[in-house]
Amino acid sequence: MPAVTETREQIEKLGQSTYRWGFETDIEMDIAPKGLDEDTIRLISARKEEPEWLLEWRLAAFRQWQKMEEPEWAKVAYPKIDYQDLHYYAAPKKKPGPKSLDEVDPELLRTYEKLGIPLHEQAMLAGVEPEEGAEPRLPIAVDAVFDSVSVATTFRKTLQEAGVIFCPISEAVRDYPELVRKYLGSVVPAGDNFFSALNSAVFTDGSFVYVPAGVRCPMELSTYFRINARNTGQFERTLIIVEDRGSVSYLEGCTAPMRDENQLHAAVVELVAMEDASIKYSTVQNWYPGDENGRGGIYNFVTKRGACRGARARISWTQVETGSAVTWKYPSCILQGEGSVGEFYSVAVTNNFQQADTGTKMIHIGRNTRSTIIAKTISAGRSDSTYRGLVRMMPKASGARNFTQCDSLLIGDQCGAHTVPYIENRNMSARIEHEATTSRISEDQMFYCRSRGLSEEDAVGLIVNGFCKDVLKELPMEFAVEAQKLLAISLEGSVG
Amino acid sequence: MSNFLKISGLHAKIEADGGDKEILRGVDLEIPAGELHVIMGPNGCGKSTLAYTLAGREDYEVTAGSVSFKGQDLLAMEPDERAAAGVFLAFQSPVELPGVNNANFLRTAVNSVRRARGEAEMDAVQFLKTVRAATKSLSMQDEMLKRNVNVGFSGGEKKRNEVLQMTLLQPSLAILDETDSGLDVDALRIVADGVNKLRAPDFSALVITHHQRLLDYLSPDRIHVMAKGRIIRSGGPELARQIDQDGYATFLADAA
Repeated sequence: MPAVTETREQIEKLGQSTYRWGFETDIEMDIAPKGLDEDTIRLISARKEEPEWLLEWRLAAFRQWQKMEEPEWAKVAYPKIDYQDLHYYAAPKKKPGPKSLDEVDPELLRTYEKLGIPLHEQAMLAGVEPEEGAEPRLPIAVDAVFDSVSVATTFRKTLQEAGVIFCPISEAVRDYPELVRKYLGSVVPAGDNFFSALNSAVFTDGSFVYVPAGVRCPMELSTYFRINARNTGQFERTLIIVEDRGSVSYLEGCTAPMRDENQLHAAVVELVAMEDASIKYSTVQNWYPGDENGRGGIYNFVTKRGACRGARARISWTQVETGSAVTWKYPSCILQGEGSVGEFYSVAVTNNFQQADTGTKMIHIGRNTRSTIIAKTISAGRSDSTYRGLVRMMPKASGARNFTQCDSLLIGDQCGAHTVPYIENRNMSARIEHEATTSRISEDQMFYCRSRGLSEEDAVGLIVNGFCKDVLKELPMEFAVEAQKLLAISLEGSVG
Repeated sequence: MSNFLKISGLHAKIEADGGDKEILRGVDLEIPAGELHVIMGPNGCGKSTLAYTLAGREDYEVTAGSVSFKGQDLLAMEPDERAAAGVFLAFQSPVELPGVNNANFLRTAVNSVRRARGEAEMDAVQFLKTVRAATKSLSMQDEMLKRNVNVGFSGGEKKRNEVLQMTLLQPSLAILDETDSGLDVDALRIVADGVNKLRAPDFSALVITHHQRLLDYLSPDRIHVMAKGRIIRSGGPELARQIDQDGYATFLADAA
């Protein structure tokens, strides 16, 4: 059998058995009844002890959402979601803060263990108070979102000394209400789209980052996301603000337990970069993609947008998307400040019946703004993957430049890859470049590698990693390893 | 040691235009350890097919015959197992691997083979030392290591890269499929040097070529003439000179 045929057939077999993070933690949950109305929103707001203005903000978003239609323009197909058949709030039951790991719910620890989180990091995640004078061992601060409530936030002290705020957004609402009120919804207005309106109405938690002027955040900030409760929609809300000359690198990684029902995930991420500020936002997404027959899996409808408000601000999105049954995601940049820079680096892997419609929007408003888009798509099985991107040059964007490169790699002959670039130019001095390629892993390449002693699995890994190199090199070191592992796992089973 | 490489009655076919096409029609060939053999023959006679079949390319289906290599059934092995066992094929058209760094590829290959042979893997420092020594001995530029595998390489650079891989993987059987075609004299010498440096009592080579030119540098032990999927004549080095002067016509007429 030709190698590629074999590879294809074996990749098609990929499914539940290879999804290593399919488990569900059995922790006592505090769950809101199914359904969504104003009372649900009042309940969420009350549980989180929110101020009145936020409740009103949520209710306004909810009223907008009620008038909106679920978007259908993306090249994805999924059964109609019954929004009244979901729980909108689930939180692990409150317990007094643990003094040591022995006091932490063993179920929670086992979850971390399966995630491969080292013990000392587990302690931090579980909110165990470190001993006095203990040195932080990792230059990564972790804010764990366990279902809807942030279980723990670490390294806060080190960050505080630098003046950086990194906390669950629910805490930020309490502790820094002016900041939250000023920026929440300022990049992604509640009524921006159907899913952002839904998120604004019911968001439960997420991360809040504030970097003051002139501060370079002393460590990578990291969040592990997990979706854990059965039939609970997860609505993360993340807000990152970097003042003049500040900089931050934020890592977001997710795995989810295996289950049959489709799960809705509609996050909103807002980034604000002021003058000479820089934000690097990296994502490795590995939610349950469904089984080999397309059953189950996460619906991932995300709105991510960054605003370069000041001159020479820089926002860089890097994503490695291997999971979810349906992905609808377009991390975007609004390049308002003169000379500001937007970047989008993406690797999207789809397999079996996964569908991904992802890309970016680069909105050039200011003069001499620049954007780079590098999107790598790998499709296998019967999956379907679309790059959808918009580059818009506004009338005042003189001297603006964009470079876009979209490459697709097909494994087998039953998958699809599509590229849908939208280009709108209203300034004749702007320059826009678009390159696109579609290729396959050829039998020649496989044989060449194997005749040099590489196993089939190593050969596929090498070729695919080569294909993704331009994107993977943008990831912070800590994440590059995880990303390579994920690519390898996605390709596992391509060998007998 | 006559059973170093023994090909007996080898038949192989390829699927083409919806039908099967038999290309090898009973190849018999023995290469003792330490010898360098040459296969010459007109285009389409099955030389490259023989090379690919020995290296384990899957789209060539062996329908009859056997190949024993150092006492093992070569045809039962995967291509990477054959590489580990010591078979190396220098490709006629080396394949491009976009985004794959040449040094990284070489190190992955060397360590895969070393692992399979029960040898310790090389760390980055050791490997760099080894590869630098190899490029130097082959008069190659280190810059080739930083580029992506064969991407944007000239014809000569691709062939030299094959010789570099051969040098690093230390095969006991090297198959060179028209590695000399399209090379200038200097590059030709580098290829020949690469082979000559490996020559040892436990190393054999099978060189496929159209030209006497390469053989001037190689001092082959045996020359085989292939036509219509079989070896039709074998002889000493003088056979190559005869072909160079008279062409294949007389052999083909004899075989018919």
